[in-house]
Amino acid sequence: MNLRIPILKLKDCLIVSIQWELDDQTALQFQEDLLTKMHETSARGVVIDLTPIDFIDSFIAKVLGDVISMSGLMGAQVVITGIQPAVAITLIELGIRLENVMTALDLENGLEKLQRELED
Amino acid sequence: MNYRSSVEILTEWDIVAARQLGRNEAKEVGFGTVDQARITTAISELARNIYLYAGKGKIEIERILEGGSFGIIIIASDEGPGIPDVRKVMEDGFSTSGGLGAGMPGVKRLMDDFKIETVIGEGTVIKATKWIR
Repeated sequence: MNLRIPILKLKDCLIVSIQWELDDQTALQFQEDLLTKMHETSARGVVIDLTPIDFIDSFIAKVLGDVISMSGLMGAQVVITGIQPAVAITLIELGIRLENVMTALDLENGLEKLQRELED
Repeated sequence: MNYRSSVEILTEWDIVAARQLGRNEAKEVGFGTVDQARITTAISELARNIYLYAGKGKIEIERILEGGSFGIIIIASDEGPGIPDVRKVMEDGFSTSGGLGAGMPGVKRLMDDFKIETVIGEGTVIKATKWIR
């Protein structure tokens, strides 16, 4: 069982909604798929929505942090949206700081934030 | 003996199975969503350590009742190489796996009580307890 995370294109942005708990392989596959899609579509921005996710461990956090840095290298900006209270609390207690990461409350705010960044 | 359930850790998939078991147990015992996330995350970190450092081991979840309080203990055990310097692994930022895993201090902060017993060449047993407040 290795489901791939769908990546949608909207204008010059990619939209990803992570709908289920990520195992290690799916997370790594996602990293590769997102960068490939970014390259194919010349997307300048990405929104990764985590609304349904109820926990993030250090491995998933590292994969997310890495994919944000990798996207930056390719010239695209990433916004993370929909982090639940329980996820925010456990990440900080765990000692994980996702620094210099753009975040927004939900997908709508995330897209607006991204559009503003891309216009500047 | 208290009710106990367990998952053998042999592959990456068992890490997923262990945290699903933990989340279900935490929910059934009556933990709130934040504590469920803490317990699930702690199990994920402990299970990953077993997978990375010992190759195989076991995660057990025990329901406990003490002095009118309910809680659960996560018992992570392996017959791996053991931890040479326990004090060092309890320092923030120490990792031998190149940044994988937030490490033991993070797990300790997520839980209420945390104990490591380790013997070089024989293995490690970690017990982490969380009480319902």
